[in-house]
Amino acid sequence: MTKKQNRIVSNLYIFIIMAFLYVPILVMIIYSFNNSKSRGAWSGFTWKWYSDLFQNDAIMTALTTTLIVAVVSSLIATVLGTAAAIGIHAMKKRSRTVIMNFTYLPVMSPEIIMGVSLMLLFVLFQVKFSLLTIIAAHITFNVPYIILSVMPKLRQMDVHLYEAAMDLGCTPLQAFLKVMLPEIMPGIITGCLIAFTFSLDDFNVSYFVSGERAQTLPVLIYSMTRKRVSPEINALSAIIFVVVLAVLIIVNVNDVRREKKQQRGGRHA
Amino acid sequence: MENKNTLISLRNVTVAYDGEVVLNRLNLDIADKEFVTLLGPSGCGKTTTLRIIGGFVEPAEGDVFFDGAKINGLPPHKRHINTVFQRYALFPHLNVYENIEFGLKVSKVAPDERRRRVKEMLSLVGLSGFELRRVDQLSGGQQQRVAIARALVNHPRVLLLDEPLGALDLKLRKEMQIELKRIQQRLAITFLYVTHDQEEALTMSDRVVVMRNGQIQQIGTPIDIYNEPINAFVADFIGESNIVDGIMRADYLIEFAGRRLPCLDAGFAKDESVDVVIRPEDWEICAPENGQFHGTVLSSVFKGVHFELMVKAPGEEEEWMVHTIETHPVGSEIGLILTPDDIHIMKKMSPQEEAELLGALEADSLLTDTEEE
Repeated sequence: MTKKQNRIVSNLYIFIIMAFLYVPILVMIIYSFNNSKSRGAWSGFTWKWYSDLFQNDAIMTALTTTLIVAVVSSLIATVLGTAAAIGIHAMKKRSRTVIMNFTYLPVMSPEIIMGVSLMLLFVLFQVKFSLLTIIAAHITFNVPYIILSVMPKLRQMDVHLYEAAMDLGCTPLQAFLKVMLPEIMPGIITGCLIAFTFSLDDFNVSYFVSGERAQTLPVLIYSMTRKRVSPEINALSAIIFVVVLAVLIIVNVNDVRREKKQQRGGRHA
Repeated sequence: MENKNTLISLRNVTVAYDGEVVLNRLNLDIADKEFVTLLGPSGCGKTTTLRIIGGFVEPAEGDVFFDGAKINGLPPHKRHINTVFQRYALFPHLNVYENIEFGLKVSKVAPDERRRRVKEMLSLVGLSGFELRRVDQLSGGQQQRVAIARALVNHPRVLLLDEPLGALDLKLRKEMQIELKRIQQRLAITFLYVTHDQEEALTMSDRVVVMRNGQIQQIGTPIDIYNEPINAFVADFIGESNIVDGIMRADYLIEFAGRRLPCLDAGFAKDESVDVVIRPEDWEICAPENGQFHGTVLSSVFKGVHFELMVKAPGEEEEWMVHTIETHPVGSEIGLILTPDDIHIMKKMSPQEEAELLGALEADSLLTDTEEE
């Protein structure tokens, strides 16, 4: 094969993969503008489903619940997980290995197990399912992800940085805030974002720990689809997709800018 | 040294990790404004000694005194001591200026004063104009200078340096050795320096402390340590040496390698077994028939300034290492002469002491392995 053919084949390959990933979403977005309730036929453009969506109290409540759960649980999990990672990092090798394996366990086991066991736990202690149970459950399954994203940063960090800070007059707390925290911040932010997105679209766990008092969006959508998929859901999914896309673009553009800035600095050196 | 004010004292300091003794009843006094180097092979306890003074390791037994006051248990941030860490430990998220300013900011020095002192330090270490540079854009030597400036800007009474030049290439290392000495003299503060490089220790120090297996072997000026090593270990560590068994036949008379030669040492028991150390550069080479020793050149290696010869007489056991600036081809016969002051006599360690040291050495190497993990 010539170089040119090679390039054509690889471009085609990329195109097919992208198509597999995005055609379903594209179809969904198109149908969110379809002026017909049926799934099959196109019968004209409309904003109807979008306006219905914002007037649907059930969906709006669930959306609020989901956002509250995602924000609160990912923030709390970030604090707990970061503290845990620092503690685990300071352990001796053997206990560290043991604890890390326990950390991997919930990540690797099917989520449904976590869901069922949390439900049993709440039932056992007679806790009523509510916003709080959902938040508690989400914190539980998010903490390992935070630990796993902060640990590598701690390992990369020069062990003497903390000592150097104390040597220069920092109390242990100041040394943590002024030196250690900025060093591991990228890991913390990554972990927090992962936790936030996991919380946002979690169904398996939320399904078992939510009740009439509080439902997250995925749980609500599931219960709605048991009757039929309302085009409002298409509209909602389209909005979520666009928001996520926008966030991704902003994050990436920022990264590229920072890299360019560093390279420029590098050339001056 | 006795007349100077003692700034730091270690008294019977013992440190053990998991039952392995790292420092064994160490006693050390460091005078104000002195440049002291802790020298020894890895695992000898030199870095641990430094970390005790810095406050990062607590002794299991014994006391640490600073300016007359006991400072056991005093955390690092309350000591008037700053450290230059082995791999610099510069803060990657701060630029050069902010790194140097760090300590002053923490101790809430006024902004004007901060600016003045950081500027002063930058010019002292020759980095003016590098203020805004990120630390990962600096060369090893420049990072080293930032680390020194960051420590010195706090005006510590003592600067601890943990193998600070280990990561630099030879030429830069030599330049920095001279520069460190210059800085120490100009600021007139105490430097406590850790290294395993004997040349570095001899070049810079007022006094050298040779350590092995958590114990001090010898303390002295570089000249003392080099010329009058107290035992075979120090002699071997400080420079390349011929070390052979000998017997003190009388005061000022040593017998080794089947010869009786005059020496400058006295006070040994009659017929006491001793170690005899001869520096390779101390041999005088002459015609074979005129030498106290003679032999065949077995090998000759060019070392830059000198040749390193291995010389052995047929029928004799000893191989002598000889440094010379003249060429002597392999296979040629030469004679060797020693004057009395070239022969260094040292007490032998008892077999029991030797065994203890070997045991401790093995334990030490195990310990270093786990530390490096």
